[in-house]
Amino acid sequence: MKILVPIKRVVDYNVKVRVRRDGGGVETAGVKMSMNPFDEIAVEEALRLREKGVASEILTVSIGVPQAADTLRTALAMGADRAILVQSEESPEPLAVAKILKILVDREKPDLVILGKQAIDDDMNATGQMLAGLLDWPQATFASRVEKTADGLAVTREIDGGSETLSLALPAIVTADLRLNEPRYAALPNIMKARKKPLETIAAADLGVDLTRRLTILSMAEPPARKAGIKLGSVAELVEKLRNEAKVI
Amino acid sequence: MTALVLLDAEDGTIPQTSRSAIAAATSLGDIDVLVTGGADTIAAAAASAAKIPGIRKVRTASGEAFAHGLAEPLAALLVALAPDYDHIVAAATAIGKSALPRAAALLDVQVIPDVMDIKDSETFVRPIFAGNVLVTLHSSDAKKLLTIRTASFDPVAAEGGTAPIEAVTPPDDQQKSRFVSAEHSSTERPQLEAARVIVSGGRGLQSAEGFKILEPLADRLGAAIGASRVAVDSGFVPNDYQVGQTGKIVAPDLYIACGISGAIQHLAGMKDSKVIVAINKDEEAPIFQVADYGLVGDLFQIVPALTAALG
Ligand SMILES: Cc1cc2nc3c(=O)[nH]c(=O)nc-3n(C[C@H](O)[C@H](O)[C@H](O)COP(=O)(O)OP(=O)(O)OC[C@H]3O[C@@H](n4cnc5c(N)ncnc54)[C@H](O)[C@@H]3O)c2cc1C
Ligand SMILES: Cc1cc2nc3c(=O)[nH]c(=O)nc-3n(C[C@H](O)[C@H](O)[C@H](O)COP(=O)(O)OP(=O)(O)OC[C@H]3O[C@@H](n4cnc5c(N)ncnc54)[C@H](O)[C@@H]3O)c2cc1C
Repeated sequence: MKILVPIKRVVDYNVKVRVRRDGGGVETAGVKMSMNPFDEIAVEEALRLREKGVASEILTVSIGVPQAADTLRTALAMGADRAILVQSEESPEPLAVAKILKILVDREKPDLVILGKQAIDDDMNATGQMLAGLLDWPQATFASRVEKTADGLAVTREIDGGSETLSLALPAIVTADLRLNEPRYAALPNIMKARKKPLETIAAADLGVDLTRRLTILSMAEPPARKAGIKLGSVAELVEKLRNEAKVI
Repeated sequence: MTALVLLDAEDGTIPQTSRSAIAAATSLGDIDVLVTGGADTIAAAAASAAKIPGIRKVRTASGEAFAHGLAEPLAALLVALAPDYDHIVAAATAIGKSALPRAAALLDVQVIPDVMDIKDSETFVRPIFAGNVLVTLHSSDAKKLLTIRTASFDPVAAEGGTAPIEAVTPPDDQQKSRFVSAEHSSTERPQLEAARVIVSGGRGLQSAEGFKILEPLADRLGAAIGASRVAVDSGFVPNDYQVGQTGKIVAPDLYIACGISGAIQHLAGMKDSKVIVAINKDEEAPIFQVADYGLVGDLFQIVPALTAALG
């Protein structure tokens, strides 16, 4: 089985972003960038499927600025076999990302695509579902467990009232949730080895996908900050405040 | 203009989250709702939907393919109904988040997830970066597909309307993934998204056994119980208790955070609560920066004392 894992370079999850003074975007100068945490989980799951003998090849793809090559190198150091960078001036919208991924799927013919359930910068939670729609493939979002079965995959998903298990024929799309696995760190020797693994670069413009944004940003703002309240000395004081000041009990 | 709102009605009832999605859509013109489910639940679900005031009509589709909210047949159905509508709307629940982006791709539309405010029929506000930034977007798509951040909209009433019900014929078997089994975490408590009060616990509860100390307090307050990611990852409580950027988004009148440090990913899910109480032994914990009232100390003493003080 061949697995494709799309990964995105995002602002590190530890960074609290700030809106630029002009309101036109967020401050990214000097900000730490990392692989989207859900995509680390997706890469890890692909590696585990290979270690179980289910998968034979793991291909990873990122669409974005030239520096996304660093993110791809991280995935290669974790153990992916090869990488493709689809270079564009910025990360396109999920619909355009899905269209680019569809072209790569048609070319590479993977049996399974594992994506993150959402990118923690734009929080769209859309790309996997959109790709599944474009390919007319079955989808299992928010996966917490993936198992190979005789006729495809059994995927357990986190849903609002608990969890459920779906069975999917291959080829299929899976999006990774937090509890699917704990991703490994790339060991130093593997980071060295990853430099020699193949990384192909394609210009997004050459794929013929229209990258025009359907959504344009009119403004960005930080939500009104909550002001810190008061620390109280006793439980009795808290009960009094909740009853008589806040009036919520 | 006309909007179609997909309701989460698989168990035969209409949840509050779906009524919040209808509330969001009221500024978009006439509203039809779409109710789907298995043959055994559809009549009850349709009857409940018809009672919601302000609905033009209830459209229903039933059968095995719709019994479990699978994304593929739902998306195909939305695509088939799309020509009648300018907006297609759903709550940002597991079902809405799975089906709407798929339908949007099939319609060549960029879905707009997690809408918090609707400025006009083409302009929407949504959170990015774990809610640290609110972005106002204009959509140039001919049709708009939105999921709604339900905590941002007060639900419409459940009763008072008499909308007509009309069955639609779904497209031919579009089933791709198949339902195998479900594990529902059973609870007598209110749903997190609908609760007026939430008592929430984190790593500070130490174990599944330790977590139980929150139950008498929640019982006393009629509260739902929530949790941080660490509490879920550590197996103290089931996954659907998680509040945060990648869990449930809540905005109750009162949120009591016990043994939760206040990471940005957790705050993303609860910082719109009306009143926040933090109980934490570390007076430097970031949760105190958003809490209206804080108690510094050992939760294993404070929580039982609070339960007792409430009488
Ligand atoms: C300069 C700049 C300007 C922007 N302007 C706008 C704008 O005007 N309007 C607007 O709406 N947005 C804008 N954006 C945001 C940009 O369009 C987002 O990257 C896009 O919305 C994708 O959302 P997401 O990453 O949250 O997708 P999600 O659907 O949350 O991502 C889910 C998964 O899909 C995969 N994936 C997603 N993106 C990629 C990728 N690029 N490469 C490989 N895999 C991927 C990953 O596996 C990921 O875990 C701008 C961004 C930049 C940098
Ligand atoms: C991609 C991504 C997504 C995430 N999504 C979410 C999400 O949706 N929701 C979420 O919650 N987190 C999420 N997280 C995790 C988040 O970053 C934090 O790790 C998590 O919220 C911390 O949980 P906690 O507060 O329970 O634990 P900790 O940060 O360890 O805090 C425990 C607190 O308990 C206090 N404490 C300990 N013992 C006691 C005692 N006896 N009495 C009183 N206080 C005590 C401590 O002082 C401490 O402040 C996400 C992380 C990533 C990377």
